[in-house]
Amino acid sequence: MQGKGRAVCLPADIDTDIIIAGRYLRTKDRSIWAEHVFEDLDPSLGKNLKGAVIVAGKNFGCGSSREQAAIALKEAGVIAVVAPSFARIFFRNAINIGLPLIEADVTCTNGRQIAFDLSAGWIDTGTGKRKVARLSLHMLAILRAGGLVAYWKVKQ
Amino acid sequence: MGTLSERILGAPAGAYVDRAVDRAFVHDGTGVLTLESYRQMGAKGLFDPSKIHVIFDHIVPANNSTTATLHHELREFAKGSFLNFSDVGGGICHQCMSEGAVLPGEVVVGADSHSCTLGAFGAFATGVGATDMAAIWLTGETWFRVPETIGVRLSGRLNGAVEAKDVALSIVGRLGMDGATYKALEFIGDGVTTLSMDDRLTICNLAVETGAKTGMFYADRITLSYLAGYGLTAEEQTSERPVYEQEIEIELDDIPPVVAIPPRVDSIRAVHDLTGLALDQVFVGTCTNGRYSDLSRFARIVRGKKVAVRTIIVPASRSVLAEAIRTGVLADLVAAGCTIGTPGCGPCLGAHMGVLGEGEVCLSTTNRNFRNRMGVGGEIYIGSVATAAASALEGEITEPEAPDAG
Repeated sequence: MQGKGRAVCLPADIDTDIIIAGRYLRTKDRSIWAEHVFEDLDPSLGKNLKGAVIVAGKNFGCGSSREQAAIALKEAGVIAVVAPSFARIFFRNAINIGLPLIEADVTCTNGRQIAFDLSAGWIDTGTGKRKVARLSLHMLAILRAGGLVAYWKVKQ
Repeated sequence: MGTLSERILGAPAGAYVDRAVDRAFVHDGTGVLTLESYRQMGAKGLFDPSKIHVIFDHIVPANNSTTATLHHELREFAKGSFLNFSDVGGGICHQCMSEGAVLPGEVVVGADSHSCTLGAFGAFATGVGATDMAAIWLTGETWFRVPETIGVRLSGRLNGAVEAKDVALSIVGRLGMDGATYKALEFIGDGVTTLSMDDRLTICNLAVETGAKTGMFYADRITLSYLAGYGLTAEEQTSERPVYEQEIEIELDDIPPVVAIPPRVDSIRAVHDLTGLALDQVFVGTCTNGRYSDLSRFARIVRGKKVAVRTIIVPASRSVLAEAIRTGVLADLVAAGCTIGTPGCGPCLGAHMGVLGEGEVCLSTTNRNFRNRMGVGGEIYIGSVATAAASALEGEITEPEAPDAG
């Protein structure tokens, strides 16, 4: 599973409240989450996420279990998120809704092209391929299916 | 042999396991998405409705018709599915589950990050997202990576006005917001025998603020006696030579009253250092500190006096509210000028019932002080119930006094 996109750099400890605020959760309209993604961090950031690979510091997605945070990123056009570590519920949520995550500590330059291969386990930030930990086969199967809903729809 | 997580999940740390779930719960916030994913999976039925709980707590009663419509859909499903349903006013999911629905050794999964609260019973209790929960509704199981465990050795006993909340915040301060990511915490040592079930629930509640998968106490006589109050029997859990990845020591006697300053739960300062900081609101409640013992402690401090700042108190469950009515605690709170909310999460997540305005400051007994969480431009200082009560009386952050002996 390969992908590429433009780097958008973010700091460490990005919590799910800052990804999508609690005041926007009571809806099933996914476009609302994309519209307000990162609103309290930087209101202009959301419009800049189409085709983006977010490169963040450690502990990305900490806090609330709200799956809307992962959905908001995906709906806004984020291709993948790269961080040295992820909060565990966010990690599961992202895989479950089909948003690839890569555990890697890389230096980030805004706008630089980033390529990755989840099955082979590498990332290239412009300085050549670098090995990263591979996702488990189970997680790759969920991602390949496009998320856990599609995975179970087929499996049932 | 092994840590509690290893024994309950039946595999060594680092292994991936598929494990049957004993209890699964959602609230009105995550339940709506869970139901949507569940239906999209083309599911034909719940694996076992008797093990599934739907508990309305996040925005109760509904704050507008959009929320009400979402509630309606989930309520109709819940009522038609023969699962365990708790409607508006029943209480917070973690509190309701702690009132006789969880036993030591069980695997408990909630669609809420603070599901680790229930590790206080010696259960493997953890949070997941909505779609993960939908798959559990369907299959009755889920996958886990068996966590490595950090042993948190507690010794001594709490001093004066210091509470379990101060211990929990101090642990978050020690480990940091990601100090236990993917791991479990086990609370051990002589100090645990001085902690009530309410204390343990508060301490486990904040485990997730270190990134932990769960926080657990071994079930002991205190656990069994609490469960007996709900007509349940269980066995004590004894330590079986667990191997911890790391062990930290917390001397309970050395902990002062503390607060977490915004916007990080791991920015811990002694209350003493912040004395005099002006407040606009005090909030007491949530899955961290909304239990009867919390309300009663608050009432003891404000009884016969008046709060100097708007003070919102939200009981964690209907049972808590009923007990507070029965014992007169509620009357004391109202007489002191406090405002009482419907049992549930209250303003913790910034949706209603005490949202902060631009530049407003709240001293809160909750578990998160992230930027804008309780309202855009508002700031949240997290502290104990005693600190909240002392501060409410002064209208500014105030160090709590030790209760009179006897």
